[in-house]
Amino acid sequence: MRNNLELSGGRIIDPVTGYMGTGTIHISGGKIAKVEKRKRSGGSGKNIIDLKGLLVCPGFIDMHVHLREPGREDEETIMSGSEAAAAGGFTSIACMPNTEPPIDNVEGVEYINDRAMMAPVKVYPVGAITVGRKGKNLTEMLEMSGCGAVAFSDDGSGVQNNDIMRRALEYVRACDVPLISHCEFSDLTADGVMHEGYVSTQLGLRGIPSVAEELMVARDIMLAEFTESRIHIAHVSTAGSVELIKRAKKAKINVTAEAAPHHFTLTDDLVKSFDTNLKVSPPLRTQKDVDAIRKGLKDGTIDAIATDHAPHSVEEKELEFDNAPFGMIGLETAVGLVATELVGKKVLTWPQAVHRLSTAPARILNIPGGTLEEGAPADITVIDPSLEWVVDPDKFKSLSRNTPFAGWKLKGKPVMTIVDGNIAYSSL
Amino acid sequence: MSLQIRHLLGLEGVSADDINLILDTTISFKEILARKIPKVPTLRGVTVVNLFYESSTRTRISFELAEKRLSADTVNFSTSSSSVAKGESLKDTVWNIEAMKIDIVVIRHQAAGAPHYLSTCCKSTIINAGDGAHEHPTQALLDMYTIREKYGHIEGLKVVIVGDIKHSRVARSNIWGLLTMGAEVAVCGPPTLLPVEMEKFGVAVYDDLDKALQGADVVNVLRIQKERQQAGLLPSLREYSRYYGITHDRLKNLNEDFTIMHPGPMNRGVEISSEVAEGPYSVILPQVANGVAVRMALLYLLSGGRGKVDEE
Repeated sequence: MRNNLELSGGRIIDPVTGYMGTGTIHISGGKIAKVEKRKRSGGSGKNIIDLKGLLVCPGFIDMHVHLREPGREDEETIMSGSEAAAAGGFTSIACMPNTEPPIDNVEGVEYINDRAMMAPVKVYPVGAITVGRKGKNLTEMLEMSGCGAVAFSDDGSGVQNNDIMRRALEYVRACDVPLISHCEFSDLTADGVMHEGYVSTQLGLRGIPSVAEELMVARDIMLAEFTESRIHIAHVSTAGSVELIKRAKKAKINVTAEAAPHHFTLTDDLVKSFDTNLKVSPPLRTQKDVDAIRKGLKDGTIDAIATDHAPHSVEEKELEFDNAPFGMIGLETAVGLVATELVGKKVLTWPQAVHRLSTAPARILNIPGGTLEEGAPADITVIDPSLEWVVDPDKFKSLSRNTPFAGWKLKGKPVMTIVDGNIAYSSL
Repeated sequence: MSLQIRHLLGLEGVSADDINLILDTTISFKEILARKIPKVPTLRGVTVVNLFYESSTRTRISFELAEKRLSADTVNFSTSSSSVAKGESLKDTVWNIEAMKIDIVVIRHQAAGAPHYLSTCCKSTIINAGDGAHEHPTQALLDMYTIREKYGHIEGLKVVIVGDIKHSRVARSNIWGLLTMGAEVAVCGPPTLLPVEMEKFGVAVYDDLDKALQGADVVNVLRIQKERQQAGLLPSLREYSRYYGITHDRLKNLNEDFTIMHPGPMNRGVEISSEVAEGPYSVILPQVANGVAVRMALLYLLSGGRGKVDEE
């Protein structure tokens, strides 16, 4: 049975209705029953939770995570990743299909759905664009989207062949879900391990040039316009990509974009430590790129914030920089980094941040949530905006520890995560 | 006098004082090498492992000879690159090193940063004998010693490094060291072999050899590898040789009393002609001889530098 809950006296932020102020939210039957504006505190009772001084937001949605199940359950499972999501303030996550085997047919989508039944948060599968993520034959997208795939992506690599990408963009129109593009031309990326720039030149590490990403962003925008389809650009990492997306939006091309916390926080300069937790795809770029991504998040060129949570085992990461795999985890640090690096540094207001973390991804994926309107699912993230904390990977729910943020002091932390009216996580 | 550094991972950030101390100490060891019995007991009881993950002839022999001349106990460990690619071996090797109580580790590795990684998880003193395209600090030290031996100073000289700068750890270490010591440094090569944002080092960057060589004192010629042509970075070695090869005709723009260097092994007729390699201005063989003395000085200083250099 779902609880009736009363969230009392918190500061409500709803980017959809535009309401921002004190109030009380009544939850009934897993849905938001009533929002009482300006109500400071209610009575007391066992179903009343006092949220005075806290931010009450529509549940955050991470539209880009890797859960590693099936195939690498030692690094993450659907359950452990979901628990990490709940602890990180996310009520919904979309998981990428680069598992082993890849999610490229309806059985794969159903497998994720089955495994996610007991998960504390909502897990939405993303299907592969091409069979085996090999970039050759289109997957059965209609059937997969019918079973719950909310998007399609060959994430981990981009679709290299221009004609296949054109056909995918055309075909996906019949499903009304977006293609998510990991933009990198692999012939330009070659065997690079970090951003190509002064730091890679100093370290003698093979570089990944910005143009490897930007060329595919440009291609995908042009193909989306040509096919009258829609494209979502994953993990934007360069100033050039931000500019391309900005121009495309101005031209009314149907493009959306996301950026990851590490790309608006960290630069390639840190790689001088040779810490393999900083090895990520696309790579950490320069301060100029970080500034452009922050600006893009502020002016709305970049719609959403997504973590690209990519778990890897200690054994895999404890290698020479050349030999370690790409990726870092992010579910349990993302909100703290948004609070500290974006809101704390006046890049975004809280309502803007909530929009990027909740409303925008809900709309891009066309899934429920993103609002606290009456009748909406009671997916709610509660944040303590003044809580100072230190990132301690040993406390993570994730099975993996590959974060470069260990020891970082952050201000602002999710303290309660409610999914369909049930408390999925609480540190209150 | 002792070094500020505890390991030699690279020349980036190493002070002029440290470099001067190593080069000054080299003079004493060079004198020892000229003796009838060129061996001293300076490092008796000190254990050195030569950890070579990448094939090397001259650097490995040079280190081994330096260690033996100092009476250190040496262990050699070479492994194929294929077993390293799988991963575990570097960490496991670290564990073994710790267990065997080895004092100094000399490491050559194809991955940039491998010596740095060792230094973070291992108590031994680490000497980088070349890591990927990152640094090869002992080569740069011996190059600088050779330059200083000839001119009496490094400051104010113009040094041009010619060739495959992009893939060269020798170039990077030389740039850091020479700039610290006050030289003027230029690099020259075809644009595909010049890494991006090279000028941020504080060096002049040329793709025209004759312009680069104008007024230079020292030309350090890098080896060009055939694989660069296969990787599409060069149209042909023939064209490379014609436009970037150091031949007798190219030497006219250099300063009087110029010097030609090459870290070896040479591709005669590609990056350097035999005539130039064997010319009176070439210090290619003195470089090899100085390599042993510089490495002796370094091993001595990094193991504490206590006592006299040739204490009997």
